[in-house]
Amino acid sequence: MGTEFVQLSLTPILIGILAAVACALPGNFLILRRQALIGDAISHVVLPGIVVAFLLTGVISAIPMLLGAAGAALVAVGLIEVVKRLGGIEPGAAMGAVFTSMFAAGVLLLEQTDTSSVHLDVEHALMGNLESLVWLQAEGWHSLLDPGMLATLPDELTRIATVCAFVVVLTVVFWRWLKISTFDEGFAQALGIPAAALGLGLVVTAAIAAVAAFDAVGSIIVIAMFICPPAAARLMTNRLERQVGWSVTFATLSAVLGYILAGYGPLWFGAQGAVSAAGMIAAVSGIILGLACLYGPHRARVGVARKEGA
Amino acid sequence: MSAIVGPNGAGKSTLLKAALGIIPRLSGEVHVFGETIRNARARIAYVPQSASVDWDFPTTVLDVVQMGLYRKVGLLGRLSGQARVQAHECLERVGLEDFANRQIGQLSGGQQQRVFLARALAQDADLFLLDEPFAGVDAATERAIIGVLKLLKDDGKTVVAVHHNLATVRDYFDHVFLINVRRIAEGPVETTFTTDNLHAAYGGRLAATHLTELAVIDGAR
Amino acid sequence: MNLFVDALFLQAGYNAALVAIGAGLLGFAAGASGTFPFLRKRALIADAVAHATLPGVGLAFVVMVGFGGDGRNLVGLIAGSAVTAWIGLLLIEWISRRTRLAEDAAIGAVLGVFFGVGIVLLTVIQTMSAGRQAGLESFLLGSTAGMLFQDATVIAIGGSLAVLLTWLMRRPMTLVAFDSDYAAALGYDVRRIDLLMMGLVMAVAVIGLKLVGLILIVAMLIIPAVAARFWTDRSTSMIWIAGGIGGASGYLGAVLSASAPAMPTGPIIVLVAAAIFMFSLLLAPDRGVLAALFRHRGFQTRVHRRQGLLALAARHPIREAYTLRLLAREGLVRPDGVPTDAGRAQAAKVTRDERRWDVAREIYQDAGLTGRYDGLTPIEDVFTADEIAEFDRQLGPPVTVRGD
Repeated sequence: MGTEFVQLSLTPILIGILAAVACALPGNFLILRRQALIGDAISHVVLPGIVVAFLLTGVISAIPMLLGAAGAALVAVGLIEVVKRLGGIEPGAAMGAVFTSMFAAGVLLLEQTDTSSVHLDVEHALMGNLESLVWLQAEGWHSLLDPGMLATLPDELTRIATVCAFVVVLTVVFWRWLKISTFDEGFAQALGIPAAALGLGLVVTAAIAAVAAFDAVGSIIVIAMFICPPAAARLMTNRLERQVGWSVTFATLSAVLGYILAGYGPLWFGAQGAVSAAGMIAAVSGIILGLACLYGPHRARVGVARKEGA
Repeated sequence: MSAIVGPNGAGKSTLLKAALGIIPRLSGEVHVFGETIRNARARIAYVPQSASVDWDFPTTVLDVVQMGLYRKVGLLGRLSGQARVQAHECLERVGLEDFANRQIGQLSGGQQQRVFLARALAQDADLFLLDEPFAGVDAATERAIIGVLKLLKDDGKTVVAVHHNLATVRDYFDHVFLINVRRIAEGPVETTFTTDNLHAAYGGRLAATHLTELAVIDGAR
Repeated sequence: MNLFVDALFLQAGYNAALVAIGAGLLGFAAGASGTFPFLRKRALIADAVAHATLPGVGLAFVVMVGFGGDGRNLVGLIAGSAVTAWIGLLLIEWISRRTRLAEDAAIGAVLGVFFGVGIVLLTVIQTMSAGRQAGLESFLLGSTAGMLFQDATVIAIGGSLAVLLTWLMRRPMTLVAFDSDYAAALGYDVRRIDLLMMGLVMAVAVIGLKLVGLILIVAMLIIPAVAARFWTDRSTSMIWIAGGIGGASGYLGAVLSASAPAMPTGPIIVLVAAAIFMFSLLLAPDRGVLAALFRHRGFQTRVHRRQGLLALAARHPIREAYTLRLLAREGLVRPDGVPTDAGRAQAAKVTRDERRWDVAREIYQDAGLTGRYDGLTPIEDVFTADEIAEFDRQLGPPVTVRGD
């Protein structure tokens, strides 16, 4: 646990944790609002958003990418709403039609432009590359205290840290509004809470978390991070505060365990090399959810029998 | 003709659904005409409460009535011209023959209820189970439905309906089951549908809303 | 452009022709078997099922290589992907039935986790195969390079089976999607039919992996069905229309992709399907946006006509020029505003219907129909003959409108 750990493992683990937490927080509300699949839609439209941002600016840099992804999420939500209203189509199918089309457009654009000079390819976008986000300049734990060395930390870490902080602040500031409007949207509106804007804000926040996490884990595995930790947390408690706490714990646990298993797991089996850390994080979060489904104290639905009766 | 009567939450609809195997039973067996439900199913027609239906579904009124024939024709069987004629007849019996080609969502609540009755008629069953057939329908439809049901009775069919309007029990039914989670009373309307039994079933819940209905009942006795 | 025409008539080379035919067949199968999941409002389960194929592809590859075979055998990979997709499907069903989590959360969890596991397996294979490219990444977005006759055969056979089963099971599936309680009362096993419905989707997803890829195959399962809904009010016709739309997008997409460079087949097919969907959304009769606009226009006309006739009946002068023109065109009034005989008859009818509507509104306080209590729809379209007779009984004998 010396210099090598700081150089190779510290930043990926930190990025993994921050990404998982940033996704899990909005995920809690998406699940309670029965909008879990909005996470699915968002993660698919991040790709076209980033491609368009790249085409417009010609560079791969954080701000345009974040804006592009957030914009794409807004466009997707708008289109889904339009298709739902104009066509009278149920939300799931409307979502499926919109986000797959946007994703296809993104892939097409990417293939049509010459992106060989920059680090933007479809596989990377889908699978993520957590392992490559290392801090080679570090000389040991003491580098964490050296401002000059800190400046050499990978950009991705600063970015995800900022976004994670942003998400935490938003969650804290809008806590009561989110809680009320998630529970009873009509009541929230009666209180004068702009529930529709809040819902849209939630989606945009989720999109921003998704695009920041996208560097690390790719656009599909983000879905697991949106859903698995909050879903497992949902089965642990009946109180929203505790649920959010559990979800953060689960997210952190998935990130740490997933990274360790991916890096060292194959060695334990006598195999060479490592496997995808992002994939492993998703797998661990899935196992946590599975355990929660089997043993979580609040796993059963309340009043199932009564609901089915008349 | 029998009514299943009881307060909200007494398990009236649940009783029907469990009997039909729509929701799983914890214990007990269901026998119909001396056979297990599995063997007797072809002789039972069910008219559900409309809650479980997708009104935007791409299907016409005639299609819905023909659904009653699905079990009979099986997977491969063609719905012959005769089946079409039969479906039209059933629609005629509920007074909807001019609406055969409408999409189901374009009908009013009462008309939709009539369509489901027509679908049950198409099944040509011996036992008709109806879940609140008069809930949310207009007076004309209620008259039309009760007319059809009385004809069924005259044909020797058995009709069992979940019913919540105490005021009309006497006019419509011959036999009544009073339940509130458990069975309270059962028997011919004249001897069973009494204020005492109603109090036993409804308890303290036989409140102001029911008083007028009770007055009607007492007046009829 | 020439290349496009060549490709359209299968003259652009063996591989392009094979791809076009395969994509067309796949599209047809996807459209047809996607119809019922859409009607059951469970379209997005297809997304999870498709993503859940990835670990199966990886596992099948490892197993086949382990037995000394060719890891890229398509039938083997399809079998493997079907296994994990089925597991994913059962897990979704189990989670949403046994826990308080809603189906959407279960879908998302299975989708993300299975895909993650699949990526792990892909990296395992990369280190394992020691330099030999497995090329399994092409299953993500599909690849038409090196499509074999064998692959097209797999699609043709698998697709036909899926379409055949969809058609055979159309009645139980219609029942379950329309009214699952009634289906259960008839003795159908709703859970098994649901699984069959999604099993068909899974079958199409696995045979489409190679061509379209597991991320976009869901589009072919959803979009044609959604588009088809605009063109029919019958579920059985919907199967064939969705199949046709899917087939057309598959074929056209493959042709387009063959006729220009840097045009990946999967995304192009999806975009063609999306274009057909847009076309249906805007232009379909009845349910399309344009049709709705025309209906609004027609509604306006009917309002003017009715107000005009009511004015005639009440012997008020008609002041609005548009109303007057409208009635004159139908020969109901003379240009100076005096009603003709036909006009008087119509006015009497409208007045009577108006009073019938008054009675109707009193009798039926039915939320489902209030939207159409506009007094404009001919009353015979909304009510049955016995219902109208009931109104007339309450109204008394008809009135006549006298001319001056």
